Amino acid sequence: MTYKALLLGAALGLASAAVTAPFAAADTVKVGVVLTYSGVNAEYGDQITRAMELYQKLHAADIAPNKVEFIKRDSKAPNGAAAKTEVQELITQDKVNMLAGFVFSPDAIASAPLATEAKIPMIVLNAGTAWITNLSPYIARTSFSMWQSGYPMGIYAAKELKCKTAAVGYTDYPPGKDSLEAFKRGYVGNGGQMVDEVPMGNPAQVPDFTPFFQRVKDKKPDCFYVFVPAGVHATAVVKTYNDLGMRKAGVKLIGPGDIIQDTKLQQMGDNAVGLLTMGNYAADFKNPANVAFVKAWKEAYGKDSTPDFMAVAGWDGTAAIFHVVKVLNGKIDPDKAMAALKGWKFNSPRGPIMIDPDTRDVVQNEYVEKVIKVGDKLGVEVVHTTTAVKDPCKELKVDKCGQ
Amino acid sequence: MAHIADVTFNLLFDGLAYGMILFIISVGLSVTMGLMGFVNLAHGAFAMAGGFVTVTLVGKLGMPFLPALLLASVVVGAASVPFERLLYRRLYKAGELDQVLMSVGLVLIAGAAFTFVYGPAPQALKLPAALDGPVTVFGQSLSAYRLFMVAVGFLLIAALWFAFERTGVGARVRAAVDNRRMAQSLGIDVDLLFTLTFALGSGLAALGGGLAVDITGLTPAFAVQYLVFFLIVVAVGGLGSLKGAFVAALLLGIIDNAGKYLYPEGGGYFIYAATMLLLLLRPAGLYGRG
Repeated sequence: MTYKALLLGAALGLASAAVTAPFAAADTVKVGVVLTYSGVNAEYGDQITRAMELYQKLHAADIAPNKVEFIKRDSKAPNGAAAKTEVQELITQDKVNMLAGFVFSPDAIASAPLATEAKIPMIVLNAGTAWITNLSPYIARTSFSMWQSGYPMGIYAAKELKCKTAAVGYTDYPPGKDSLEAFKRGYVGNGGQMVDEVPMGNPAQVPDFTPFFQRVKDKKPDCFYVFVPAGVHATAVVKTYNDLGMRKAGVKLIGPGDIIQDTKLQQMGDNAVGLLTMGNYAADFKNPANVAFVKAWKEAYGKDSTPDFMAVAGWDGTAAIFHVVKVLNGKIDPDKAMAALKGWKFNSPRGPIMIDPDTRDVVQNEYVEKVIKVGDKLGVEVVHTTTAVKDPCKELKVDKCGQ
Repeated sequence: MAHIADVTFNLLFDGLAYGMILFIISVGLSVTMGLMGFVNLAHGAFAMAGGFVTVTLVGKLGMPFLPALLLASVVVGAASVPFERLLYRRLYKAGELDQVLMSVGLVLIAGAAFTFVYGPAPQALKLPAALDGPVTVFGQSLSAYRLFMVAVGFLLIAALWFAFERTGVGARVRAAVDNRRMAQSLGIDVDLLFTLTFALGSGLAALGGGLAVDITGLTPAFAVQYLVFFLIVVAVGGLGSLKGAFVAALLLGIIDNAGKYLYPEGGGYFIYAATMLLLLLRPAGLYGRG
């Protein structure tokens, strides 16, 4: 009996040791990543993913022994439908602990109710419609709100550039309209006079801006604020501006930083020199965090590749996820995760950022960036900084932002 | 406000230039689909191939722009021959749906293949200094490249009109398209003729693709992104008519451009509205053999 009991006790002891030991070790936090991985917009998904994986690789030790696993899904066409389906599957089948991604606003907007219902913290890494963060208490954003660039640019155009009149040209989809409203608020509110607002077609059209720019040129504004999606469209903007001789006609071209995205800057050619934009990042920033970031990026992805504002949002978003994993030691409770995100501060390559505890939106510096020529390449010089900009749309409680 | 004559001049020139762009990116299709009667939705894939070859020749190998364009056109034209021999030929007599399925398949494969090799990002193309930037004509600032496109468009239509309407080979192509068996029994080598015509159409597509890069941009999605525009030009022009495609492109270009200038809120819809109106008036197209 005693012998048997001893044996049993030993066996139980061993068994319980075997059971408890792994529990002390790692948790794997599953993060569903929903980005554009196919079609015209695949490059955005790729760019953000590269930043996320770079952060994951370089900072694995910060959360050891826990791990973060990215489960990547394609949000396809930017209408929100595919993103919503993927989010649903990620939640119900893959049982993800957190969500991240969302290149286009409709993708984030369509997915927001699912985040609320399932209580899954959702980090928005790009989509810029201002009121997205109002849609769910489980949303936090590390990218930007369209208003963060448009509104201060309006003020800057009126006060610093001293433009008496201005026209706005914008791609006719939600972020374009957002950017227009933001600029107008800042500009008209500081004494500027709007002479024209020109919707310039949707993002799928042939990027031919000639008729729109001709129209604006004929109205002779002092400043011409343009919002278009980055890439082919932005290159066409600078080209058309130059071809129509608008600079000579005395029209200043200004816009949000999106139109001089780092990955596209060199393609814009010398026509872009002198262009003024308001943005949150340029790969040329000289602060130590950015120098280290750009160096790591080029080592990982080649010297010809460059991070851009999208990559930085992905990098910072991953840092936010790692912060949550670290604070909660790998056991993700949605409400505790959101509490950890609120007020989180980070030394980002774009400068200091914070997640606003009230709105869960990012607070960041906005820079007036001037395109300059450095050797035979184009570069960006910061000529003006507005520090710690909270989303003006929510600050001013404009329409849906006030709800 | 600007002087009314200046506005009119700008509207006409910009519209003409936009129309020429539409014509140049669609002209290859008006040969393969218009003349040969094959519903070749893969036109954009050949155009895109031309764009990528041009970009590679200019960007990587440092070739001047114009020779690179011509070489790209020849390379893609030649590369299209195996496609015609192995895939297209089997479906000349098949229904339109079969042709659509096969050519859409090619578009999807091409999109994936170019993404694999070049990545999804837009490609940059450095234009020669003479074509880059503005030129002043009648006191108006115009894009040098658009002027160049207008010239190329006129040259292309003249050359094609001559080739198809005034040469023996052109007559044989038209005969073979209209009545294949009769042409064959007259001793025309229809198989060879179709291969050559297809190669010409693909070469033209490639030329259009290369010329368009500076204006439309170039990504592996090009073939899908602009498919509607290629089809609109050929449909409004009327199947089988190069002249139709030319006139249709110019008409659509001018209407679209003027519409955008005068009423930007209507933005992208003018071209579709004009297409619907023109097709309602002439269901077979402007010069179609309906």
